[in-house]
Amino acid sequence: MDSEYDVIVVGAGPTGMTSAMFTGRSRLKTLLIERMIPGGQIATTSTVENFPGFPNGIEGPDLSEAMLEHAKKWGATTTFTEVTGVRVEGDYRVVETSDGELRARAVIITSGADHVRLGVPGEMEYMGKGVSNCAVCDGAFFADSPVAVIGGGDGAIDEGLYLTRYASKVTVVHRRDSLRASKILAERALANPVMDFRWNSVVDAINGDGVVNSMTLRDLNTGEVSNLDVEGVFIYIGLAPNTDYLTGLINLDPGGHILVTPRMETNVTGIFAAGDIRQKAARQLVSAAGDGAAAALAVRDYLKQMAG
Amino acid sequence: MAKPVEVTEQSFDQAVLKSLEPVLVDFWAPWCAPCRHLAPIVEELSGEYDGKVTFTKLNVDEAPSIAARYGIMSIPTVMLFKGGQAVKQIVGLRPKKDFKGSLDEVLAK
Repeated sequence: MDSEYDVIVVGAGPTGMTSAMFTGRSRLKTLLIERMIPGGQIATTSTVENFPGFPNGIEGPDLSEAMLEHAKKWGATTTFTEVTGVRVEGDYRVVETSDGELRARAVIITSGADHVRLGVPGEMEYMGKGVSNCAVCDGAFFADSPVAVIGGGDGAIDEGLYLTRYASKVTVVHRRDSLRASKILAERALANPVMDFRWNSVVDAINGDGVVNSMTLRDLNTGEVSNLDVEGVFIYIGLAPNTDYLTGLINLDPGGHILVTPRMETNVTGIFAAGDIRQKAARQLVSAAGDGAAAALAVRDYLKQMAG
Repeated sequence: MAKPVEVTEQSFDQAVLKSLEPVLVDFWAPWCAPCRHLAPIVEELSGEYDGKVTFTKLNVDEAPSIAARYGIMSIPTVMLFKGGQAVKQIVGLRPKKDFKGSLDEVLAK
C-alpha cells in the first residue's frame, strides 16, 4: 500500500463511502480507512426504508456493499486499520494509524458515531452471551425466546420489529412515556402483537447464569423495582461521536461533535468533517451521503486552489 | 492469498482440534450480513499469518452442535484454538488490530 494520497477519508460509513466516490471521480488519489467493517450504522441495520429511490426498502448491508463498490469503481482504495490521531506537517495532513503513518494533502473525517453503553452491571459480562448491539447478527439465536430492546428511537424500534421475526416476545424498555421513533415505525410497533412496552423504565442490571436470563427494571415514576425474564437484551439508547482521537486538534462542541463550516471545513485547514460526527440537526442516511458529497467537492476546490 | 477453509461438524475435530498449528475459526451464517463484511478482514489476516495459523470458517446453521458446544450466541464470533483447546474468543465486530493482538498473543505462548 502507498503511504501518500491526495485525500484520506477516515471511516467507511455512508458519508465516507460517498466522499471517496466523489473524490475518486475528481481523479484524486483516495484512500478510505475503516476500523471495523464498511457500512457504518447501515452495516447492521435490517431494512432501510427511507433512502430515496427504494420504495420497497433495501437491506442495510446490501446498500453498504453497493456504496463501497461504487467508491472503488471510481478509484478509491480501502484499508482496514484504526486511526489513532491526525496532525499537520507543512502541506501534509498526517494520519496516524495502528499500522503506521499515512500522508495526504487533505483529510475528510467521517468516523461517525457508535452505540452508547448502558453502563449497568452485567452489560459487559454478558456481551455475546445474550447482550447485543446487532439484531441482524444475533436475532436468529433467540428463536421463540423472550428478548428486550432498550431505547425508544428509530434504531431501537426498527431492530425491535426485526426481532419479532424470531422472538416469542419483544419488550421495549424506554425511559419516556412515548416513542421518539418516526411515526410510521412507532405505529407499526404499537400494533405488533409480539411487542410489549415498559414505559418510564430503566435497566438497573442485566442478570444471568453464564448467559442472560433476566433484567432488573426500575419504574422512574414509582421507583418500583421488578424483574423481567429475557434471554436477549438489545441496546439502542443512542450514539456518541467517535472523536476521541481528534481531541486537541479539532474544535468540538460539548457533545463531542465536530464544528464545521457549510463547506465542511474544520478549524484546521485541509481537514474536513462530515456526517454523523459533525454538529447538525438531521442524522439520516440520505443527509450523511449528502454531507459526504459536499465535503468531497470542498476538498476538490481546496486542492485546486492549493495547486494554484 | 490463502482463503479460510470451511469446516463442518464432520471435519471440525480433525481440522481444528487436532491441528498442529493454532487455528482461527470464524463462526458465521449466511443470514448475518455483518459476518459477510468481516470476511475480507479475515482474508487479509489469513495472508498476513500464512504458515503460522490455519484459518477456517464455520457456518453455525450447518454445524449447530459445534456452535452450541462453544456457547455461540452472537456472530460474528472468532475463536482461536491451540492444541485442541479454545484459547481466545473475540465476539462481534472489532478492529482488525484486536484480531492481530489475539493472534500474536496465542503465537507467543
